[in-house]
Amino acid sequence: MDFALTEEHVMAQQMVRDFAQKEIYPTIKEWDRKHAPHPDVLPRMAELGILGINVPVRYGGQGFDYITLALVCEELERVDATLRVVMSVHMGLNCMALMQWGTEEQKQRFLAPQARGEKYAAYALTEADAGSDPVSLRSTARREGDVYILNGEKMWISLATLADNILVIAKTDPHAERPHKGITAFMITRDMKGVTTGDIHGKMGVRAGSTGWIAMQDVEVPVENRIGEEGEGFYVAMSCLDNGRYTVGAGAVGCIRACLEDSVKYARERETFGVPIAHHQLIKQKIAYMQQWYDAAKLLILKAGWLKNQGQRNTRETAVAKWFATDMSVKAALEAVQLHGAYGFSDEYDVERYLRNAKGAVIYEGSSEIQQLIQADYALEYRKDKPLRCELPAYDVDYWQSEV
Amino acid sequence: MHVVVIAKNTPDTEATVSVDASGNADWGDKLVVNPWDEYAITEAVLLKGAHNVTATVITLGTEEHAEALKHGLAIGCDQAIRIWDDALAGHDGLAYATAVAAAVNKLGDVSLVIFGKELSDIASDQHIFQTARKLGWNMLGFVAQIEAIDFAAKTIRVSRLTEQGSQVVSSALPAVISVVKDINEPKYPTFIGIRKAARAEIPVWDAAALGLDAAALSSKTAHIRYQALPAREGAVEIIDGATVQEQAEALVDKLLEDKVL
Ligand SMILES: Cc1cc2nc3c(=O)[nH]c(=O)nc-3n(C[C@H](O)[C@H](O)[C@H](O)COP(=O)(O)OP(=O)(O)OC[C@H]3O[C@@H](n4cnc5c(N)ncnc54)[C@H](O)[C@@H]3O)c2cc1C
Repeated sequence: MDFALTEEHVMAQQMVRDFAQKEIYPTIKEWDRKHAPHPDVLPRMAELGILGINVPVRYGGQGFDYITLALVCEELERVDATLRVVMSVHMGLNCMALMQWGTEEQKQRFLAPQARGEKYAAYALTEADAGSDPVSLRSTARREGDVYILNGEKMWISLATLADNILVIAKTDPHAERPHKGITAFMITRDMKGVTTGDIHGKMGVRAGSTGWIAMQDVEVPVENRIGEEGEGFYVAMSCLDNGRYTVGAGAVGCIRACLEDSVKYARERETFGVPIAHHQLIKQKIAYMQQWYDAAKLLILKAGWLKNQGQRNTRETAVAKWFATDMSVKAALEAVQLHGAYGFSDEYDVERYLRNAKGAVIYEGSSEIQQLIQADYALEYRKDKPLRCELPAYDVDYWQSEV
Repeated sequence: MHVVVIAKNTPDTEATVSVDASGNADWGDKLVVNPWDEYAITEAVLLKGAHNVTATVITLGTEEHAEALKHGLAIGCDQAIRIWDDALAGHDGLAYATAVAAAVNKLGDVSLVIFGKELSDIASDQHIFQTARKLGWNMLGFVAQIEAIDFAAKTIRVSRLTEQGSQVVSSALPAVISVVKDINEPKYPTFIGIRKAARAEIPVWDAAALGLDAAALSSKTAHIRYQALPAREGAVEIIDGATVQEQAEALVDKLLEDKVL
């Protein structure tokens, strides 16, 4: 067993930390207050190569492994969850779906420009009446010759108004006897006729990010844009979550670290009863728990990352990591606000933002309730992983880092 | 043609430095690239991008100082060299300059040597001037901008920051320059650079490799002891007064009383 990060990991982590701290942190509060996406986030992440971090060099990426993706997400969410959300949808839910299910032609056409940061990507599964129970989704895809005609509306889609390429899950057979077999995945592009998008306003958190809706009215999608086979979309969608949840959990690790670091700093500075509050045992307890949550959550995430590097199925391990890390990030943020007293209740400090952001992550990509059902069903053996037609490729450094 | 940047690891600028009773300094255990050297490395990489030159980063130090080199490679330098010889333990500025100058000479074909303005830990820059002297090259300190450089014609024109303002000077190449913050915006490592840096095998040049006697690297001066800065004592006093006028008068009286004015 080897817990050490490589030099490559550490340098990549440091580079992303510098970017997020120096370029985004100073102004993040302003954009959060405005409820508007920070304008520098996507272009700079594209320019620096972050949007292609773990995609093979031959597909326009940077050739790093899946562990690096987690480290990057931690650093991004150390500053603000909205930066990590970009990685969740662009990389976890879209690029990695192409790495897993895409044909060579689709990798060239979609993955390469996405990894180079020329195109931004999103993932649209949820609908107004279908969240935790995606099989009940209503969007349809009707085949007509060489095209599918898509209709329906997706809700709560991150980067809805900013993404160029959107992986959409729709029903090709709404009356299928086994409903999940009637679902298919498609890559639609913003410029397709009949695609309209808008933002959702009034969110509690991820205010400096973009969350919206996507409406499809008789959108003609070429057959070549179908990801996976017809009827395979449910498996595609669920496998995406194995990767999306990984990034969400890794981000939550960063949120816990943010709570811990800010709390340590404040506890040393703030004095009550003639001593820094850090000297009070009940304050120490909060800090001790944050440290414990951070360490445990990080280990769970890195374990899931290791499984991904090995090319082993990690649905359960990723889900438990996401569940634990996000639940603990909410607790850590609550404790951090408490530790900051009235100042924690004000947006003068960052901790209230951490709390508002953390609350989203226990809802999206499988709520904490759904995560519990998943874990119990594995333990009870009501649920077993069956091999997929396409698995996420194991990390092979030579393949990943060579040009062709 | 070659541009060489000399970089060093220094203690983290955010570390709390302490000095014990016998004068030993504790700099903390984290090293970072000397913040001034980040500008020097970036300038070398920018020159490499704009001209047909090779950028080499050199550091002098034990293994844990190799990070400055990895950082240089990750940002875009072509190669890295570490200088170390046991004779250099506890080296002074002159020993440092002797070794660095020998390395630059060994590389050959070097047009420009770039240093960051100073070392952030001991706020010293004598080794830079000593290196120029050892090489017998012109020294242009505190460069805020390279206005023009022609490697083929062997000329450079720079704007130097002085206490009074700035000064534009030109010089023949090869030359040694030290750079200040205004020169550029330090670059981040690139991911491709990080991959290269992580794999790089960095050669170590010792006295023999530099063609020097170990004796030539012995120091003439030594650090005897450090002394902590005296603790700053002071207290805040809020001046009362019904009006701003009264407050100002009270303040002036106080300043006169304390002989500040
Ligand atoms: C900020 C944000 C960004 C998002 N981004 C995306 C995106 O990019 N793409 C995308 O497709 N979706 C996205 N979503 C949608 C998200 O995945 C869904 O909101 C989530 O799956 C929950 O669905 P729901 O909101 O419909 O809640 P519901 O499914 O209606 O659930 C309501 C409540 O009931 C609980 N519940 C549901 N079923 C059970 C059960 N069987 N047992 C016990 N409790 C249960 C849930 O945990 C929840 O507490 C985003 C959501 C948010 C808030």
